Amino acid sequence: MGNGETVSQSFAILGRHFLEGGQVSTEIKGMLKELGIDAAIIRRVAIATYEAEMNVVMYAEQASLTLKVTPRAITITVVDRGPGIPDIELAMQEGYSTATAEMRELGFGAGMGLPNIRRNADEFNITSTVGKGTRLKITVNLNETNGRGLPFNPHRQ
Amino acid sequence: MEEDFRSILIDSEKCTGRMRCVHACPTQAVRVRDGRAKLLRDRCIDCGECVRVCPNHAFLPHTSSFHDLSGFKHTIAFPSPVFYSQFGKDARPATILHALTSVGFDDVCDVASASESVSIAIQEYLDSENRPRPLISPFCPAIVRLIQVRYPNLLDHLIPIESPMEIAARETKKRKMQELGLQEHEIGAIYLTPCPAKMIALKDPPRKQHSYLDGAIPISEIYPSMLQVLRQADRTNGPDIHGLGLGWPILGGQVACLKAEERIAVAGLTDVMRVFDEIENGKLKHIQYVECHSCPTACVGGSLTVENPYIARARVLRLIDQYGSGPGQDRQKIRDLYRSGFYSLAGTIAPSPIQPLDDDISRAIHKMHRRNQIYEGLPKIDCGACGAPTCMTFAADVVKGDAETDECVFLALKTLESKSRALLEVIEKQNRKIHGRFGGRDHDA
Repeated sequence: MGNGETVSQSFAILGRHFLEGGQVSTEIKGMLKELGIDAAIIRRVAIATYEAEMNVVMYAEQASLTLKVTPRAITITVVDRGPGIPDIELAMQEGYSTATAEMRELGFGAGMGLPNIRRNADEFNITSTVGKGTRLKITVNLNETNGRGLPFNPHRQ
Repeated sequence: MEEDFRSILIDSEKCTGRMRCVHACPTQAVRVRDGRAKLLRDRCIDCGECVRVCPNHAFLPHTSSFHDLSGFKHTIAFPSPVFYSQFGKDARPATILHALTSVGFDDVCDVASASESVSIAIQEYLDSENRPRPLISPFCPAIVRLIQVRYPNLLDHLIPIESPMEIAARETKKRKMQELGLQEHEIGAIYLTPCPAKMIALKDPPRKQHSYLDGAIPISEIYPSMLQVLRQADRTNGPDIHGLGLGWPILGGQVACLKAEERIAVAGLTDVMRVFDEIENGKLKHIQYVECHSCPTACVGGSLTVENPYIARARVLRLIDQYGSGPGQDRQKIRDLYRSGFYSLAGTIAPSPIQPLDDDISRAIHKMHRRNQIYEGLPKIDCGACGAPTCMTFAADVVKGDAETDECVFLALKTLESKSRALLEVIEKQNRKIHGRFGGRDHDA
């Protein structure tokens, strides 16, 4: 749960549970709003978290997603148990997708998931072992101007 | 600073602390403290759910009344198109409009035709390039507040087009000023409203623009006198009202006026928030327009209406059948007006996010950590006996200093239990001492 300078929380995500898909990112968004994080930062984290969450729902068996917030950065770590990614470089290319017809029917599979996560993150790290799973870690930095942007919060002096 | 205008007030005398409001509030803005309901203004979006559910009518819509009409030289009623659905299937909109001149107004003006022309303006806006997707309808004031409070990222998705009630009021007032030789403040433009939220739109418009409406009277307040007048009314009076604008008060009424291929209509705050979450997650970009209503049955289900919302909806559908395809608006004329800025709203809408746990990020993180610790010790059943809607909101109230942990009955019981146990231990210890001193002698002997 963290200490004075950090707050962290872990969430479980289950593969194939489409009904719950998006719940974790919504919950994280709520926490960041309570912390008073700037709206533009929240949007980047929301998009990245949502894509990561849906990747687990679509491809993996299960995963643990951990959110960590310090006054300097927001870190999201997703460790899944699943098929893994054989060629990460290929998966990072926009438009490349292994989505099934069923997933495409739901509006996914445009091959934008991982590139979208990387675009919204300041730091991006992914490692994978075929047959075991994937570990994704992203960081979004907070600083004076974008972490606690004044124009977005009239409560702040 | 002057306190913002709010459309809902609490009559503490009437409140008996029954908690219905606390559980019903979709933004967790109500607490019961010292047995009385209290509104957290930073969270309230004026949706009126509390007005609807309170069995004691302790939540008062902050609307206008008939007394306010006396200050004007000429008064004009602008009934929400919901009004046409309130008086049974035989009352024609034209008859209803005419009847309004017998209940205290000098004049009336139909708003449904303005709704239709606003729909054409929306179509023009949708068809232009480089718009954020999807665009969101700005006509439910509670939805606009919800976006200001919870979804500031979506503010630029709100279409900057003036509402039908404002267009109708502005144009009618201008015409009447010329006809009667009066100044704007001498003409009273009064909206007949299905909900308290509309009051916000005219008293404190989100873009801070001038409102041509001077007040809003609840449909429920004017209903009894209307019934009386309608009983004797000449039902053939006045020219018919035509057009698809008549359908605006029901779910799907706005999108039915549009040609956009990908458009959806959403009602009820739970579903609206789900859709907004998806938009924030970067989804729904293929949708062009989202019609949003905070009331689950759209405007016909507003908390200040009288007719059962499902009957009212059926009545609106019948009106569309009867009059929807009649002589509509001059499209080309409206397009030209749109291009001249007739329907456009200038200015931006400022976000109004909920008060964070703390203004300082380090302290906010610390408080969230502390909140989670407190939450772990709570029963997690959201019983509400503490006066907060959930255990999590209670924990947050405690770290913000707005509540004490022992206000949780379960925690209080635990404290009592450990104190009693400690007391029992003292008693037993004393007992043993006494027994040691006096041996095993029977005290009663």
